[in-house]
Amino acid sequence: MADFAIRAVGLSKQYRIGQLLRRHDTLRDQISSAAKALVHGDLKRTPPEMIWALEDVSFEIDQGEIVGIIGRNGAGKTTLLRLLSRISEPTAGYADVRGRLRSLLEVGTGFHGELTGRENIYLNGAILGMRRTEVNRKFDEIVEFSGVEKFLDTPVKRYSSGMYVRLAFAVAAHLEPEILIVDEVLAVGDAAFQKRCLGKMETIGRSGRTVVFVSHSMPTVTRLCSRAILLDGGHVVADGPTESIVARYLQADLGTTARREWPEPGSRPGDDVARLRSVTVVGADGQPVEAADLREPVGIELAFDVISQREPITPMIAVYNEQGVHAFNALDPDPRWERPQPPGRYRSCAWIPGNLLNEGSYIVSVFLNTVGHGKTVKHVAATEIVSFQVADLGAGPSAKGTFGQPWGGVISPLLEWTIDTEGVETIRERSHL
Amino acid sequence: MSTTVTPDPRDPAQRVFRVKPSRPFFSLDIRELLRYHELLYVLVWRDVRVRYKQTALGVLWAVIQPLAAMVIFSIIFGHLAGIQSPYGVPYPLFVFTGLLPWQYFAACLSSSTQSVVGNANLVTKVYFPRLIVPLAAVCSPVIDFLCAFCVLLGLFVFYSYPPHWHAIAIPVFLGMALLTAFGVGLWLSALNTRYRDIPYLLPFITQIWFFLTPVIYPVTMVPQRWHWVIALNPMSGVVDGFRWAVLGKGLPHYGVYALSALVGVCLTTSGLWYFKRAERTFADVI
Repeated sequence: MADFAIRAVGLSKQYRIGQLLRRHDTLRDQISSAAKALVHGDLKRTPPEMIWALEDVSFEIDQGEIVGIIGRNGAGKTTLLRLLSRISEPTAGYADVRGRLRSLLEVGTGFHGELTGRENIYLNGAILGMRRTEVNRKFDEIVEFSGVEKFLDTPVKRYSSGMYVRLAFAVAAHLEPEILIVDEVLAVGDAAFQKRCLGKMETIGRSGRTVVFVSHSMPTVTRLCSRAILLDGGHVVADGPTESIVARYLQADLGTTARREWPEPGSRPGDDVARLRSVTVVGADGQPVEAADLREPVGIELAFDVISQREPITPMIAVYNEQGVHAFNALDPDPRWERPQPPGRYRSCAWIPGNLLNEGSYIVSVFLNTVGHGKTVKHVAATEIVSFQVADLGAGPSAKGTFGQPWGGVISPLLEWTIDTEGVETIRERSHL
Repeated sequence: MSTTVTPDPRDPAQRVFRVKPSRPFFSLDIRELLRYHELLYVLVWRDVRVRYKQTALGVLWAVIQPLAAMVIFSIIFGHLAGIQSPYGVPYPLFVFTGLLPWQYFAACLSSSTQSVVGNANLVTKVYFPRLIVPLAAVCSPVIDFLCAFCVLLGLFVFYSYPPHWHAIAIPVFLGMALLTAFGVGLWLSALNTRYRDIPYLLPFITQIWFFLTPVIYPVTMVPQRWHWVIALNPMSGVVDGFRWAVLGKGLPHYGVYALSALVGVCLTTSGLWYFKRAERTFADVI
């Protein structure tokens, strides 16, 4: 029977809200608040507002398991990794960790731009907990894996970002701890390199090491992990075989679908100025869609109630790809939103043009804000509320043309190309297609 | 497997570590610190390597800085203000022997203050004993100190000043300087994670501390009965002792050295306590 590798019991982490917003107080803040307290004769310090980033989390991971931690932003995934990695301390509870645990919360931790590739291998190795003899032994392997032999004695500040990431991952990939904790590091680098990283992770997993892996990319989690733990609001809400947990994340209340609506007025997100009724992803014909062709426009339709004419509100969307990369924001520029609108039911649809987004999954957050006067008031903030797929379903011109392979990039806009043929005096503009 | 192997508790692959809320100070784990000694070397090496990169004069700065200070102080205090160095030691040599440990200490103050915040990318991303960071901050200026020490040897030749057997005591005072710098550095580095005012305060602290330390004037300028006040400043003992060891003139002020060393130990002990208490939230507040 396999022994446990990690056993968490009632693990909890509390943050002061101020710690998240205002990162560090200055002496002046403390002196002035102390002075205020004296003036008001109130020497008791008001307790700071606290928030549980992680609350009573318990689970056990066996040796040799590869476990994915999933959940939306703010669910506590990163906090959990930071606690297990001993970067920050739990407020309550404990976790027993058997063997050496190394964490990769970013690629190239401690890399120094002024130092050469060779020097950074030793620096990064030591920071990740490798001994010098160990780095010496694996040096050639690391260099080969990274493919930057020729630039070993060049300062890494002159590296391209691709080279930098490859070198950094190469060092990390040669760690040999009993437990490896990985946070989203695969969301970098080009497709070919990502593939190699995934392969390396699979090898690490097969060699009997324990891997804990956090990702927004469901395909990656499904491919790598046999088991997944779903976090929401700082709690473990599901734990089991990856397929069923991922399905639950994508379908259930926690996950996202193409349409969300709140039939009960009390449950609608919002305040006494505006409330959201529904958000729907629609195709060119106005019907709800789960997936759209990359050449076709996609609409994000917001239905909401304006309850009070007190303040003007502006609808806004924010779109993220499946790696959690923030693709863009957009707000409705219609001048009507500059004035307060009479109470009633409104519909506002944002059209994302065809031939803009690349293939993949997209997650949309929706906001109704009062903008201006130097500050923004959020009446509705529905994060990661709907999602849709963009796929190459049809035929016709697109940025990738007839190229059959996976196409890199967050966006894939169809550009206008001009052609200059040798010997021809004028530049002929390519006709619009 | 058919044979059961009893896991060896000393095998790092089997050792169980418990992540839990810690109690400050009781968690000062020297063995853990020793296990990470290679990281200390690497961080010191990185700081030394990076410090003079992209400077035209490079490591020459480690030599120019104390020399320039020596020339300026010799003109202002030795000539214009007319401070007499005791026992007929040339004033430039006198002031240089004081500047050596002082500049080491001042360099430590500024590097320590920035150490934890400056390494935020490490502190928030990987685990290692946090004490390594301020420790590295007081180790890397030692290299500059050694360069400047070579200049001192040059000055000895220039003034045809014979060295003295007291010089064997130099490591003792260098150790005291390191201890004091580490103690103050612990306080400053931890305070700076919470109050980013420290870097703005630091120039004043350094300057006032400089004039309170017998660098440009001899301890003998201060009446004997006030020596204990001077000695409360741990750098007094370091500077005066270092000078006594190098120049070999005058009587050692043992009382001053002992009191300074004691204050240095207190600073380091309290610094360790405060640092261990503060490090629990480093990753959360940086």
